[in-house]
Amino acid sequence: MNQFDAIDSGEEVTSDDYTPEIEPQATWCPGCGDYSVLKALKGAMSDLGRDPEEVLLVTGIGCSGKLNSYFDSYGFHAIHGRTLPLGRAAKMVNEDLEVVAAGGDGDGYGIGGNHFTHTARENHDMTYIVFNNEVFGLTKGQSSPTSPKGHKSKTQLRGVAKDPVRPMSLALSAGASFIARTAATNPKQAQEILVEAIEHDGFAHVDFLTQCPTWNKDGAQYVPYIDVQESDEYDFDVTDRREAAEMMHETEQALYDGKVLTGRYYVEKDRRTYQEEKQARDEMPESPVVGQYFDEEKEWERSYDRLDRHT
Amino acid sequence: MTQDELIWRIAGGSGDGIDSTSQNFTKALMRYGLHVYTHRHYPSRIRGGHTYVEVRASEEPVTSRGDGFNVLLALGDSFARNPSEGAVYGDEKTKPLFENLDELNEGGLIIYDTGVLEDEDVGDLETQARENDWHLYPIDLRAIAREHGRDVMRNTAGVGATAALLDMPLDPIQELMSEAMGGDILDANLAVLSDAYEHTNAEFEATHDLRIPKHDHDEEQVLLSASHGISYGAIDEGCRFVSGYPMTPWTDVFTILKREIEDLGGVAEQVEDEIAASMMAIGASHAGAKALTGSSGGGFSLMSESIGLAEMTETPLVMVEAQRAGPSTGMPTKTEQSDLEFVLSTSQGDSSRVVFAPGNVRESYEQTRLAFELAYKYQLPAIVLYDDMLTGEFRNLPRSFFDREANPDLGSVATEAELEDLPHDVGGRYERFRTEGDTDVNPRSLPGMRNGRFLATGNEHWPDGQIAEDTANRIKQMNRRVSKVEVVRDALAEQASPDTVVGDEDADFALLTWGSQKGVVEEAVRRLTESGHSIKALSVSQMAPLRTEEIADFLAGVEEALVVEMNATGQFKGLLQKEFGDYGDVLSSLLKYNGDPFEPAEIIEAVEIKQSGEGGDTSSETTLRPPAGDRS
Ligand SMILES: Cc1ncc(C[n+]2csc(CCOP(=O)(O)OP(=O)(O)O)c2C)c(N)n1
Ligand code: SF4
Repeated sequence: MNQFDAIDSGEEVTSDDYTPEIEPQATWCPGCGDYSVLKALKGAMSDLGRDPEEVLLVTGIGCSGKLNSYFDSYGFHAIHGRTLPLGRAAKMVNEDLEVVAAGGDGDGYGIGGNHFTHTARENHDMTYIVFNNEVFGLTKGQSSPTSPKGHKSKTQLRGVAKDPVRPMSLALSAGASFIARTAATNPKQAQEILVEAIEHDGFAHVDFLTQCPTWNKDGAQYVPYIDVQESDEYDFDVTDRREAAEMMHETEQALYDGKVLTGRYYVEKDRRTYQEEKQARDEMPESPVVGQYFDEEKEWERSYDRLDRHT
Repeated sequence: MTQDELIWRIAGGSGDGIDSTSQNFTKALMRYGLHVYTHRHYPSRIRGGHTYVEVRASEEPVTSRGDGFNVLLALGDSFARNPSEGAVYGDEKTKPLFENLDELNEGGLIIYDTGVLEDEDVGDLETQARENDWHLYPIDLRAIAREHGRDVMRNTAGVGATAALLDMPLDPIQELMSEAMGGDILDANLAVLSDAYEHTNAEFEATHDLRIPKHDHDEEQVLLSASHGISYGAIDEGCRFVSGYPMTPWTDVFTILKREIEDLGGVAEQVEDEIAASMMAIGASHAGAKALTGSSGGGFSLMSESIGLAEMTETPLVMVEAQRAGPSTGMPTKTEQSDLEFVLSTSQGDSSRVVFAPGNVRESYEQTRLAFELAYKYQLPAIVLYDDMLTGEFRNLPRSFFDREANPDLGSVATEAELEDLPHDVGGRYERFRTEGDTDVNPRSLPGMRNGRFLATGNEHWPDGQIAEDTANRIKQMNRRVSKVEVVRDALAEQASPDTVVGDEDADFALLTWGSQKGVVEEAVRRLTESGHSIKALSVSQMAPLRTEEIADFLAGVEEALVVEMNATGQFKGLLQKEFGDYGDVLSSLLKYNGDPFEPAEIIEAVEIKQSGEGGDTSSETTLRPPAGDRS
């Protein structure tokens, strides 16, 4: 029995249920790609019939982190780069929650890079949306891990000397079991991909190309996209790791040449989630840990057996 | 040498089995009916290097490691060889025998392994022994062990020899061995034990008069360290989530909890770093489990930002900080009390938390329980601050001490029915951070609950959690959070104080200490009182909020007070002076920061120097600051 009524409530849900009735303090610039993520996520949740009160949205710091202000579920706007450990722990103690983590490319691929690698590797059953606008938005336009080589800003005066991070390849080698890229300029695909990502049992990584008209006026995210699944040119088996890797290799670089390819890149269906893996090893209970605190029958064990005792 | 207590030191190299042998011997002494206390000293390496463990056993409860020791079992080498690689670990010149003699008390016993030490290693030991009235027992422990198969059983042979020389029956030791081992290994060890026992009895006419004291516990005893105290305290409070990253000495608590929590139906995770560990504890607590995380200095530094997040979002968070000698990686396996200032103020902004520094095993259990209770009731971080010495200090406690109720209560969590009636904003969001109302702490709702939607954010926020920079709201929210500490202060004032006073109430000379040095300071006071001094001591373990009234009462009428702590800058003294600006000329410091905890004699010496008013330096490893006699 579930103690939390909102979970699997079976009630009909629309995007409006996720829209705060009170106007939040506006922080996004007109034309920002972040609006598209918001819309796609609300749409996906209503498609899936998730009650806002069973959803925990964990965000990082940045313009992207403000997603929580406009999305009326349970929310945790945490600290820069640290969404994933917070979200995965919440999922581990209450696996009935729908946990979605979201943040910028600085947040996720820079400061939070270590957590990204390890959360993917563990294959927690959660969704991770990275707003990839190729810059730091909130701190005013510095280069981010995905900025193209040569990108100039006030802190990269002579242009970035580093190659950009390749997020999907990174996610694949780290061990994510669902990897996709979508773009703010393609709301229909974005919503479909988010639906699949949320439904996926395991760590679903979505690199969401968002434009930042304020700081990244030349960003490739504005360029019309090509859907890799619908294009005849890009035929590959989305469940084959090697083929997915090759596709990523080709298309991640193409982004910087002005060719935006989006779609599902890798889907691994039969892999155990981390929760399942731990349960199989008796390292985790079958039912949510939080349930124990609401179980009036439960006898709280206290174990001193391992200590040496003597009269 | 006192005849009524035993301080047995087993010394050798890391990898010689010093830890497990001493643990078993300690258990045997407890089973024999004695009160026990262990103190471990080890270098930061896996093989080689000089290690020792001291076990103090007495008819009376023991509160410190004591002064020096009176039986040395010098085992093995303080270095080790890897034959296949020809590698030598540690310093070949460091011999467990000579490394330890400085602290061996007059009249002490030395058992050493002639199988390992060459003649030239032993040198002029006989002369030294005559001068100090030491009693020598050279035994070829290695040969006895070898006879039954393996050199490493030298430690068992050493225990057998100790038992023979101290007239201690073998049954408790045999019993323990049978519980811990099986098959051929057990048989071999039992044979080595009795061979060494018989050999020693046959070979030596004991020339010393030290015997193992006799005592009987009147109830069942449990042997545990402060790390166990903290772990079982957490478990009894319903802690079912722990996340961490290994770092000495925090690893002790982490290991114990890892082993227990999974069996109890919880989750225990070793994660990628300390930042993840603290964020996971926050996530687990937010979602409704009682959670713990912790580290030692360096790892705790990484958790700074998370502590602030927990404060700002009012997420209960219990943390353990096991201090070691810093700064930076410092001396990884050595003890110090130098993270106090850091732990009291970790995180930016006007931030606050509850901090306990238990003084012994008993308090480590009690205060961890209290830390959970407060963290979950008042929705703030509570930290248990202890140090390397307490992590490895094993003591016995009566089993009945643990006969208490478990407390799985999540603290201030509202039910869904209650949530319906709690204030919501126009959009229907629960105003979890509302500032109007009778209480400073509003109930929590957990994700998944009906009518409980709110936003937790590290930014300043409106009552429903929405980010806000409104100035009036900022002041209200800030006041509410800051005043929580006062609420906690009042709540704690109603509880029995964990801060203890010993000695002569009217004394005008006082000692103050905090955390782990409680037991040794109290022993020093007891001995000083016995020798006619008028002195009293206060041991503080509630560091934040500090019980200022109690401390002021204690200091009223005191002319001189020596603050005893294991750090170089007098951090606790600094805290006292910050709180009580007017005590500047009363307080001075007795400091030790060489990596070892105080011994009672060092404190006694410092008190005598101070009280004689003649100034002078302490002769040992301790420092008086300002120098004795200079009160300006
Ligand atoms: C530890 C820490 N370092 C730096 C910052 C300042 N900071 C806030 S947002 C941000 C970068 C945001 O960039 P990104 O993650 O790409 O998100 P965007 O704003 O573009 O959505 C930085 C560096 C911070 N809040 N915390
Ligand atoms: S700065 Fe860029 S990312 Fe931030 S809100 Fe404006 S457009 Fe969006």
